Amino acid sequence: MAAIHLKNVAHSYIESPKSQADFALKQLDHVWEDGGAYALLGPSGCGKTTLLNIISGLLKPSEGCVLFGEEDVTETDTSQRNIAQVFQFPVIYDTMTVRENLAFPLRNRGVPVKEIIKRVDEVAGMLGLGDQLDNRASGLSADMKQIISLGRGLVRSDVNAILFDEPLTVIDPHMKWVLRTKLKELHRQFGFTMVYVTHDQTEALTFADKVVVMHDGEVVQIGTPEELFAKPAHTFVGYFIGSPGMNVLPAKVDGNDAVIDTMTIKLTQSYGALSGDVEIGIRPEFLKLVPADKSDIHVHINSIEDVGRHKIARCQLGEQTLAVVVPENEHVPIGTMGIKFDPAHTHVYQNSRLIEGVS
Amino acid sequence: MIKSIRITPMLYIIFLMLPLYWLLTMALKTNTEILSGFSLWPKEPTLANFKTILTDASWYSGYINSTIYVVLNTIISISVALPAAYAFSRYRFMGDKHLFFWLLSNRMAPPAVFVLPFFQLYSSIGLFDTHIAVALAHCLFNVPLAVWILEGFMSGVPKEIDETAQIDGYSFGSFFVRIFMPLIGSGIGVAAFFCFMFSWVELLIARTLTSVDAKPIAAVMTRTVSASGLDWGVLAAAGVLTIVPGAIVIWFVRNHIAKGFALGRV
Amino acid sequence: MQRKVNQKAWFLVLPVFLLVAFSAVIPLMTVVNYSVQDSFGNNEFFWVGSEWFVEILNSDRFHDALGRQLLFSGIILAIEIPLGIWVALSMPRRGWGASVCLVLMALPLLIPWNVVGTIWQIFARADIGLLGHTLAAMGIDYNYTQSSLSAWITVIVMDVWHWTSLVVLLCYAGLCSIPDAYYQAAKIDGASRWAVFRYIQLPKMQRVLLIAVLLRFMDSFMIYTEPFVVTGGGPGNATTFLSIDLVKMAIGQFDLGPAAAFSLVYFLIVLLLSWVFYTVMTARDGAEA
Repeated sequence: MAAIHLKNVAHSYIESPKSQADFALKQLDHVWEDGGAYALLGPSGCGKTTLLNIISGLLKPSEGCVLFGEEDVTETDTSQRNIAQVFQFPVIYDTMTVRENLAFPLRNRGVPVKEIIKRVDEVAGMLGLGDQLDNRASGLSADMKQIISLGRGLVRSDVNAILFDEPLTVIDPHMKWVLRTKLKELHRQFGFTMVYVTHDQTEALTFADKVVVMHDGEVVQIGTPEELFAKPAHTFVGYFIGSPGMNVLPAKVDGNDAVIDTMTIKLTQSYGALSGDVEIGIRPEFLKLVPADKSDIHVHINSIEDVGRHKIARCQLGEQTLAVVVPENEHVPIGTMGIKFDPAHTHVYQNSRLIEGVS
Repeated sequence: MIKSIRITPMLYIIFLMLPLYWLLTMALKTNTEILSGFSLWPKEPTLANFKTILTDASWYSGYINSTIYVVLNTIISISVALPAAYAFSRYRFMGDKHLFFWLLSNRMAPPAVFVLPFFQLYSSIGLFDTHIAVALAHCLFNVPLAVWILEGFMSGVPKEIDETAQIDGYSFGSFFVRIFMPLIGSGIGVAAFFCFMFSWVELLIARTLTSVDAKPIAAVMTRTVSASGLDWGVLAAAGVLTIVPGAIVIWFVRNHIAKGFALGRV
Repeated sequence: MQRKVNQKAWFLVLPVFLLVAFSAVIPLMTVVNYSVQDSFGNNEFFWVGSEWFVEILNSDRFHDALGRQLLFSGIILAIEIPLGIWVALSMPRRGWGASVCLVLMALPLLIPWNVVGTIWQIFARADIGLLGHTLAAMGIDYNYTQSSLSAWITVIVMDVWHWTSLVVLLCYAGLCSIPDAYYQAAKIDGASRWAVFRYIQLPKMQRVLLIAVLLRFMDSFMIYTEPFVVTGGGPGNATTFLSIDLVKMAIGQFDLGPAAAFSLVYFLIVLLLSWVFYTVMTARDGAEA
């Protein structure tokens, strides 16, 4: 077992990429710690699967190298890397029984028969496949098939990391929860490195210790779920994570003041005069509606959505729209109200990236 | 590595193309050159053979006849197969399975079996030596095939479409023509392609049912073969010209060809 | 898909039913009619029962033709199916290369069958043919009009040339339907090239292979035009297959009764053997399911 180090890796599907836009995966340098549970989160087409396939060796990166511990495996064949991968659609060998499916990776590697039988029984027990072993794999339900593909990874005693490529896409909602719990359990028990690709924030946040958020072929933030929520490093992280996402408003920032249209918001830090695209971001949870006379900043409430735990008020601030989380028991009339920004959670973004000021 | 893999298809294609190349060189040689000695390519390329065919009515009328009955057959086959395929893909009815297998079993009937009875049947109703006779006779194997292909494609269209159209107030006829047929457009194309193909390549029945007025090009060619002094050059040129329509049709359907050959059922 | 019971659907099937009844049932009835009667000309017929069937089933002529036919179809299947799979496996899966391969490979399928015969006649003749001339120049004794062996080889190579592409295209369609994830999973599982073929590609091609085997069996069993043009059934009777023999009997000699009995037996053999192929190939599937 070893950490996986992607050293200055970048990938393009075009043979001689001319501009940054030709790269499906822009240059990145990242170490996946041994035994970590990572989620790779981002919308479709952001390069998640490309990144995953580079780790497993299905793709050779156009630039950079892949290190397992100290060893350079960039040129090493997939089957020689100690990696297992579970795909979006369950891959099983139709003509084989469940037992043969599980034994397949070991048979291909010439493991002695006795050892195979032992490992297969162990893994089947672990995954609760014991009584299915002699059934044909093709007749099983999608979630069982997906468990079998996972099992084919687990039988190999040398496995270093298990990669998941949106593994729950075709699974029924109630089974998703069961499978996810199972994965966490296995992770605790065996301590494999797990990398889990998804576009579903709930899946990512509940599964992983660390979430890697990708956007447009680029890793925009790596952090714990808590960090992603409290301090999004990129406006994309802000509105992709959270429901509803972070409010992002174009503003002029000068010193301690942020000016939106004509209204001024006080900030806790000082930024000097910022150039480029400047925006401020604040999560709906940190906005507070107050009676009109209690604040200098006024908004017009357009509509209220009740989502159960709380309400979401959609407001108009000049040209901009804002979402505000309102406690369930608070009554909000349609019309004009005052609004307060929590300065500690009001972030400033320059060209979409978070910048720090001086206090 | 990529290069070594591609050797098999390349060798296979060379194997396919060699006889065709030879046919083409023959068509471009004069008869004297063909018979006087062996050469890998025409020494004095000439289009005289093609000119013979395109100016002699007994030759070119063969192409016209073939085209007429092939097109007739394709139209008949597709238009009767469409409603039937719809019925098989959407409804269950008395004897549906038996009927379907009976239709398919006609595809297994050796054409040779039908030669004589067809001759008698079409003679007795006065259709002998007409284009329609050949077109109808070819329906024997083209209609079951068209039904089968279309049924495969139609089963891929969700049933909800039919129901939605019904709710939207379409009559069955206008739903079928304006909504359903465009949806299975590629299926109709593939089915028409196969009808065209099997009707175009068939000779035995076409030759039996015609004598002068509707004689297909294939039969014109066999006549030349049995004549004493063989005119190889003209024969080869006629052969080249029979390949042309097929090649054109393939070019148009090349993107659907793989799916079509699996009859929409992969 | 769940289908509704609706007897009115018969109206939709009616045109097909009438058309096929006209072009198949009436002629078949004529055949049945002839097969149990004899005629002395002048349209006078009398009942002979199963006499023609007994005669056909016991005739050496029929046995020989049937034997040749079975051998021919057997050899054809043994060459075309593996060759077709092999070519399909090594074909490019995407891009312009795939399109070019498909178009060129499909070409022989759209050539009228007698022209296929003509092409091979021109190609294989010792005096003017590229193949015949080359073989003769190499000192190989090859002449399909005189040697039975040469005639058989010619007819078989011609059929391989003509029809292997059908198998290729069917298998190619089957291969294209396999998602990439299967190949990637196999790589991760360390599967060899052979294991990928045996456990992924072959099972996924099974349906199309069934179609390929059935079509190739049926069509090779009914083959008439191509060998007729090239060899005329000769030398002697060496390449007289069932259809050639039948047409000779019906049109050439006008032996209506025996020819009709021959026809029915022939049709039944095709149906029976197709059914056997179908059952064997799907039973294996069922046993594994």
